[in-house]
Amino acid sequence: MGTEFVQFSLTPILIGIFSAIACALPGNFLILRRQAMISDAISHVVLPGIVVAFLLTGVIATIPMLLGAAGAAVVAVILIEAIKRLGNIEPGAAMGVVFTSMFAAGVLVLEQTDTSNVHIDVQHALMGNLESLIWFRAEGWQSLLDPAKLASLPDELARMAIVCAMIFAAMLVFWRWLKIATFDEGFAQALGIPASAIGFGLVIAAAIAAVAAFDAVGSIVVIAMFICPPAAARLMTNRLEHQVIWSIIFATASAIFGYVFAGYGPMWFSARNAVSAAGMMATVSGVFLVLTCLFGPHRSRVGMKAQDDAV
Amino acid sequence: MRRQQPTIAAENGRTAGAALIPATAPLAVRGLTVSYGEKPAVFSVDASFPAESMSAIIGPNGAGKSTLLKAALGVIPRLSGEVYVFGEPIEKARARIAYVPQRASVDWDFPTTVMDVVQMGLYRKVGLLGRLSGRLAGVARDCLDRVGMADFAHRQIGQLSGGQQQRVFLARALAQDAELYLLDEPFAGVDAATERAIIDVLKLLKDEGKSVVAVHHDLSTVRSYFDHVFLINVRRMAEGPVDVAFTTENLQATYGGRLAATHLDELSVVGGLA
Repeated sequence: MGTEFVQFSLTPILIGIFSAIACALPGNFLILRRQAMISDAISHVVLPGIVVAFLLTGVIATIPMLLGAAGAAVVAVILIEAIKRLGNIEPGAAMGVVFTSMFAAGVLVLEQTDTSNVHIDVQHALMGNLESLIWFRAEGWQSLLDPAKLASLPDELARMAIVCAMIFAAMLVFWRWLKIATFDEGFAQALGIPASAIGFGLVIAAAIAAVAAFDAVGSIVVIAMFICPPAAARLMTNRLEHQVIWSIIFATASAIFGYVFAGYGPMWFSARNAVSAAGMMATVSGVFLVLTCLFGPHRSRVGMKAQDDAV
Repeated sequence: MRRQQPTIAAENGRTAGAALIPATAPLAVRGLTVSYGEKPAVFSVDASFPAESMSAIIGPNGAGKSTLLKAALGVIPRLSGEVYVFGEPIEKARARIAYVPQRASVDWDFPTTVMDVVQMGLYRKVGLLGRLSGRLAGVARDCLDRVGMADFAHRQIGQLSGGQQQRVFLARALAQDAELYLLDEPFAGVDAATERAIIDVLKLLKDEGKSVVAVHHDLSTVRSYFDHVFLINVRRMAEGPVDVAFTTENLQATYGGRLAATHLDELSVVGGLA
């Protein structure tokens, strides 16, 4: 198992874990701020942004893709405002229409352009290419100590590890501000804490996670990991600190079990072909959420009752 | 355009019966205008609240009471106007202010404990990464004790009743250890025991030389709780010591038809209105 595992499974699993955690961390705060929709928006809107950035620069690199995604986000905001005002349509519907239309437009552009010399196509946009991010030159666990072999690790691994570490570090540094601006924005502003900037920074962090993870794991996993691990984690605890730890656990478990089930699961049912690792990761995260909904220790919200009593 | 006055004090002379309030008033607002859309919610309001006393901001629903307080604090943007705290622009005096927002403005299902919420009152003092332990942890515990909530320190905030939630918010403001306490509807939807506990804490603050300004909606308690009153209905209607400004005429002017005559009679019996 050793050599083959290190060659074919270790790097995709690690990339999956880092991608899942990078998305789940900002997801915790987005959900508590009732902005889960924003994560959905980001994951949809990045596609046309990335495609256009790719068409303009001809390379797949993080910075141009991030700029493209940011540009697409600006276009999305303008379109949403325009639809809201000109059409007098309620904001949720306006958002839903804009995100999906932009995503669809991204798919169309992607289909029409010649991207034969690079790895970017519609399937890739949805499901990433986790299975191909293998460490071909590895010869077993001892390769982890061999600098020459380490140099041939897929680039995505280092990129996702760095993005994940940066988001984690930013979360730790700004922890108190994030917590107070999420719980009680008015009080945070009265204290002189830049609550709006914190909210904006959170969306930027989510966008960076989405763009970085997009290319490796695809938009399905990005959408799922923003929401499922934090939502499941919320049902496990009543402390924000513990919720974040649980969300990391669920994200990691979704990546590992998702990859393993995708690769080996079909064989257990005597099917021959492996299924999409990204699809399976997202599915597993959804299963965790269902399980916590059914059995999580804090699934009944005493708080809601207290609110009703007060009113 | 209104002429710019060199001191805040100068203009207060025109308030009938109000004493001249020095430029170092705990909270002074000049020309404050806030708008949520086309119509202003608060229009060109001047206000000044005296030191070492309890002031109430009263007015009908939608008259801009909370808006005035929130805009003064910068929680919602103001179209125009200046806000001074002890004579300084508010941005420089944030450490001297404690704030109790409306209880209903937050999600009480948020995953945190009572102690955590009270400690948020210390965030200015400890900064982003400062250690929150030892003496400061003791401060938070004392504040909980002062509102009678020490036994609830480790409860999840969603498990509290409305009155208990309000006490936790007050404890958080106490932890801010300020000179000016701004409260938005502190008695809304709380039980009688909590109302008593809150007013006791506030009166104690006053005795310690602190200043309290509260948005208040219950006219029947204005006289017994407060020294100073500010009546607002989008514009400033009246202002002054309760004895002088809390009159039937001023109330009628502020509340218009919305204040039933019977209610006024009741007030004049309870509170001795002339």
